[in-house]
Formats: sequence, structure tokens, C-alpha cells
Amino acid sequence: MPQKTIMTEEDIRRALNRMAHEILERGPGAHGLVLVGLHTRGVPLAQRLAECIWTFEQVKAPVGALDIGLYRDDLREERGSPLRPTEISADLHGARVVLVDDVLFTGRSIRAAMDGLVDFGRPRQVQLAVLVDRGHRELPIRADYVGKNVPTALDETVRVRLREVDGVDEAVLVQGEEA
Amino acid sequence: MQLEQAAATGWPEQGKGLAFQEGRRRHVLDLDDFSRAEMEMVLSTTDAMREVLGREIKKAPTLRGKSVMTVFYEPSTRTRVSFEQAAKILSADVVNLSVQASSVTKGESLLDTLRTLEALRADVVVIRHPHAGAPYLLARHLQRVSVINAGDGAHAHPTQALLDLYTIRQHQGSPEGAKVVILGDVTHSRVARSNLWGLGLMGAHVVLCGPPTLIPWELVEERGRRPDSIGTGHVEVETRIERALDGADVVMVLRLQHERQEAGLLPSLREYARLYQLNEERLALAKPKALVLHPGPMNEGVEISPGVAHGAQSVVQEQVTNGVAIRMALLYLLLTRHPRRE
Repeated sequence: MPQKTIMTEEDIRRALNRMAHEILERGPGAHGLVLVGLHTRGVPLAQRLAECIWTFEQVKAPVGALDIGLYRDDLREERGSPLRPTEISADLHGARVVLVDDVLFTGRSIRAAMDGLVDFGRPRQVQLAVLVDRGHRELPIRADYVGKNVPTALDETVRVRLREVDGVDEAVLVQGEEA
Repeated sequence: MQLEQAAATGWPEQGKGLAFQEGRRRHVLDLDDFSRAEMEMVLSTTDAMREVLGREIKKAPTLRGKSVMTVFYEPSTRTRVSFEQAAKILSADVVNLSVQASSVTKGESLLDTLRTLEALRADVVVIRHPHAGAPYLLARHLQRVSVINAGDGAHAHPTQALLDLYTIRQHQGSPEGAKVVILGDVTHSRVARSNLWGLGLMGAHVVLCGPPTLIPWELVEERGRRPDSIGTGHVEVETRIERALDGADVVMVLRLQHERQEAGLLPSLREYARLYQLNEERLALAKPKALVLHPGPMNEGVEISPGVAHGAQSVVQEQVTNGVAIRMALLYLLLTRHPRRE
């Protein structure tokens, strides 16, 4: 299947550094900040953003993990898939939560994530950080922090691969629906 | 018997990958048609459900608009309530049909009852029935409903076996190679039978222990003849309790039904307790951190001493909590599967 690299390892590193700076700039700072990654690849991305924030300002931002399986609106179309445990130990009441995901597409995952998030408390603010925004939104959702905007066709797939999960850092555009 | 039934239902072949994920699994009737990968999938989904159970607000909208109906032709408290709790936490609607034991009728009317539930648009029917095979009959004839077996005669109780496996895994990791003693009235125990499949598939070393009159010898021999169908584990019988418990990692105590004595299989309950009760002294023969499981309700002073039943090694209460999580996982996996392709 033909594929085109849209982000290399270096691109991903630089984009995350910039996004971490933006998160700190918009806070301002990391006070009350909680990063919540969406399973699977949002979780290591959230951890990397937290590491960047530690490097820049020596503040530890708590990192959580959220599985949106319980909140999806497309269960009829999805195959039954295993759930992974949601781990949000930080108190979300009054927190500034940044949801982190790899690819923003229809926006439905993010809607589900927001539903899941409010079961854990009432954040002061919820923002969204994504490594790749590929367009084609089906809901009124936008990202606050974007690694890269990539115009795509509907029959293309954006695949983000990360060291922690896939052994390699890259984002590729694949022609056709991926199996 | 169960193999003939499986053949008649046109069952997917055992051990062929993730039937849940591929949308091929519509029912949970026993664990004999689960692959190891599918079992792992259920167990890891259960981890996520445990997290939901620990939340301050334990409710997720996942199964909104789905109906779960429980039909129990035998008395039960914990299994039925556990299913109800699991379904409600995931926002499904629950209808409990209480069937008096006296109104148990023959197969035809059982099927009619269940056809009515299907017409009432049940998505899942959870059934317990005194006759082995009843859930298979329904699975064969109902077109739209998923059937979960909550115990059929002395045949199977797959959700109990799954929660037992999960509890073992939670404390000791994979049961691969672990020595698991199933103690008591094995012959009449559907819990033991389903556990044999589950533990065998996960590679445990199962020792059946009990009075020779309550050991299903034919089952052990049958398994011996078909070694490839039971995973990597193996099963043996040891009627002397001290030898069975020696070095055990897990002791699963079965409930002794009082009727067994009347049937002439036991001289007396006192005699049974003297020879086969799990007490502190005997438990000391197992490994120091060996787990004690019991499917409940316990006859304290008969198959288990009160000290062991409520002792540090007993995980009976955790089994109950894990049972809810297992049933949440199964409902989730069954109701979120791919639309059927047949």
C-alpha cells in the first residue's frame, strides 16, 4: 500500500516541544494543569509533553490515561475491542485539563472523551492537543494545540507510530482504508 | 454431550482467535469454545471494568438502550444480582423474570418463554436452568438474542469460572503452571467443569480432590483422550486431601449440596468435614500465599472452616466484586460486536 511520510522522528520531537511551550504560554504556566492521554497513542504523547514541561519549567504535570470505549457513539459500527483501564488519579475539580490524542479526524473520539472526563470531576477548562489534524470534522470540535495540519482525502488514513507502542516515531499518510 | 450440542449449534471452531473481535461470538455458553487469546481479551477488558467499579460515580452510558433479561429457573442471589448490577452500571435496562422452581416445565415451554423475551426485544438473555444444555437449546433457536449461561444443571457456569480465573490472575499473575486444587463435590459442580476448561486453556495444573463417589472419573479420562482440546494444562485426581494440597497455589473449595448425603454418596456431613474440610491445618500444607476461593454460598463448618473462610488467604469477597466486572466485560463485548454477517 502506498504511503507517504508526513512527520519524521525529528518533526515529532520539535512539534511536541512547541506544543509544550504553547501549553505553558496559554496557561499561563503549569498551575492546575493535568494532561490526559487517550488510549492508545495519546498516552505516550501526554507523557512526552509532561517531560517537555518538566524540562522547561521544572513542574510536574500529572498525566492520566482515558479509554473512550465506554463512551463511544459508534458501537454499532465498531468491532468489540478490549478496553484498557482508565487511570486518572489527579483531582480534576477546577483543573485545566489538556486532552491529548494522536490524530484529530471526525471529532467523535474527543466528544466521547469529554463525556468520560466529566465523570471524574468538573475541570475549570478543557483543551485539546493533537499531533496531527487531518480535517473532516463531523462535530463542532477544534484543537487548541496542533503538531501539524495535514489536508487529507477521506479515503486516506493517517497512521501515527510511536516508539513506546510501535518501536518507531513517525506519521504517515496511507492510501486507502487500512485493515 | 456438550460436544454434540456444540456441533449442533454450528459452533465456531474452538481456539480460532478472537471470536469477540471478529463479531463471531454471539453467546457465552461455556468456556470450551474460547481461545486463549479471547480469554485474555475478556480478562483485560475486566481490568478496565474494575476501574469503573472503583469510581465515585460508577456509571457509564455504554449500553444505553440495550435490554438485559435474566431468567432464573433455579434460586440464586449473587449471580443474578451480579448480572443486574453489571448491566445497570453500563446503563442497560434490566428485566428480571422470576420463575418459580415449581413452574419449571419441559423444553417446549422454556423455548416459548424465551421466544417471548425475544419478541419483547431483549438483547441479552441470562439464563440459569436445572437442566444441562438448556442455554444451548435457546442459542440454537433464538435468532436475535445473545444467550449467557448463568449455570445449567451440573454442566457449566462460565462466568463463575472467568471470575475465578480473573481473581487468580489478579493475585498471582498468569495461572500457567500453577497448581490449582478443586476440592469437594466435583461430580455435581458446574463451577468445577467450566473451571477445568478455563484453567486448562490457561495452562494450569489442576488437581481434583474429593471423595471417590464425587469425582467424575469419566471426565478426566475424556480429557486425557483429547489432549489438544484443553490447552496446555493438565488434570489429575488425588483423593487424599493432604497430598492434593501439598504445594498448591490455589484451593478452590466447592459447595457441598446437602442432598448428596441423602443420595447415599456420603456417609454423613460430619464424616465429610472430617476428611475433606479445608481448615487451617490443611491449608498450611499449601504454599504460604495460596489463595482460597469459594463460589458461595459457603457452608461454614462443612466444606470450609470459618477460620479459613474469613482468613487472610480467602478472596471470597473479591470474587464477588470481580464477578460484576467480568459480567460487565462480557456484556460490553457481546453487545458492541460487529453486526452479524450470516
